[in-house]
Amino acid sequence: MEVKIPKDLLYTEDHEWARKENGKITEGITDFAQSELQDIVFIELPEVGQEVMQGDPIATIEAVKTVTDLYAAVSGEIVKVNKLLESKPELINKDPYDEGWIVKIELSELAELETLLDSSEYKIILEEE
Amino acid sequence: MEEENKTPLYNKHLESNATLVNFANYKMPMQYTSIFEEAKAVRNLAGIFDTSHMGEIEVTGNNSTEFINHLVTSDISKLKKFQAKYTTMLYENGGIIDDLLVYNLPGKYLIVVNASNQEKDFNWIQQHKSGKVEIQNKSKKYFQIAVQGPNSEKIIRRITKEDPSNLSFYHAKAEIIANTQVLLSRTGYTGEDGFEVYGKSKDAEEIWDKIMEAGKGEGISPCGLGARDLLRLEMGYCLYGNDITKETTPLEANLSWVVSLDKENFIGKDILIRQKKEGTSRKLVGILVPGKRIPRHGHKILIKGEKVGMITSGNYSPNIDSSIAMGYINKPFEKEGTKVEIEMRNTQTVGKITKLPFWKHGTIKKKKLEIKQSN
Repeated sequence: MEVKIPKDLLYTEDHEWARKENGKITEGITDFAQSELQDIVFIELPEVGQEVMQGDPIATIEAVKTVTDLYAAVSGEIVKVNKLLESKPELINKDPYDEGWIVKIELSELAELETLLDSSEYKIILEEE
Repeated sequence: MEEENKTPLYNKHLESNATLVNFANYKMPMQYTSIFEEAKAVRNLAGIFDTSHMGEIEVTGNNSTEFINHLVTSDISKLKKFQAKYTTMLYENGGIIDDLLVYNLPGKYLIVVNASNQEKDFNWIQQHKSGKVEIQNKSKKYFQIAVQGPNSEKIIRRITKEDPSNLSFYHAKAEIIANTQVLLSRTGYTGEDGFEVYGKSKDAEEIWDKIMEAGKGEGISPCGLGARDLLRLEMGYCLYGNDITKETTPLEANLSWVVSLDKENFIGKDILIRQKKEGTSRKLVGILVPGKRIPRHGHKILIKGEKVGMITSGNYSPNIDSSIAMGYINKPFEKEGTKVEIEMRNTQTVGKITKLPFWKHGTIKKKKLEIKQSN
């Protein structure tokens, strides 16, 4: 099955996506990640206000195939979490790039965005999987 | 690299946009939409599964009955024509080679084995050949489609020549679907009323389409291996490689009902007699784990911090709204109601030993009674 990789997003090698919005990012897991995990059962979200470093595990995703962490795509402060996922974790499977977003982080170092992958670079990683 | 096999329904799975995975060297559908939705469809309406990856071994010849009876733990000499029996095949030391179905058909026995074990099983059966028997591996020649769920009888009735409603569980019959000869069997791996259809590989697509069309108004959903695994776990049915292996015997796995110690000698019998007399040191149990953290194969089972067993299968069941698991636990901790902890990643989660099946509303029970009353 063809997985979706929207062109306007940034990506990590761990299959997270990030959407830039004025000094903040919205983060979630990619379509590839959700299809690999199969049905997602529940998610443990971080606290709003928490300071995180790029690469820190910030959420736990329990799915039929395995349990995995969501890593912070950038350093900064968690300013919002998608509370709806607590009752409807399946939104991540159904709509990973929109309704299935997981956290919003206010960047402490804008330059970190440069370390993320663009869609064509992420596509190459998927081809190597 | 080993070659990757495709079932005769591979193109159907591509058309339906299924997520495919490699299973037992076959490209198989893991899911079409969502594992949970597919599993719910089977509990409430109906599901169709491609199980063509399963192996089929045929045994013919005058000594077939004695020959097979020496290899398996049940007494298959008691099978009537077109009757089937779920059983196990053991090594000399009592470890399980495979769990399988034996059908007594006119002029032959059909042995249906796990996809991942077909080579091993076929070789084992060949090596023990004795008397007048012919053994053939027909796995590639046959397709197998399972139709499972409360509406499956209605669906099958629309496409068969004869009404299948009185066909008893673990019985089969020759039927014609889409102008082709098939074997229609009332069996399954879900706990729901249901059928398994066997036929020649070249006819698989036509029969799949026919069943899908007949099931349209009955809410039939194509279901992948993900739903199949969840449904069987909800019933406490064993999966070879997880819950039963060469390291476990049928008595440890609660399969004493497929062991006939009164029949003449069979491979593994001595060990089972001893185990029955002395008792086994551990037992396969069901464990209910409230919440949504999923126990997984290999997780430790603890009591007061001490390891007493290991999880062999686990999943979250949306039908029960709890995580569920099976695992081996040392005696005397196997009793229902015993509280245990399961060590997962960085947490310990509490569980309780629970009577199987987890899912108590499977239609198979009700249907069995209905068939009994009408026959």
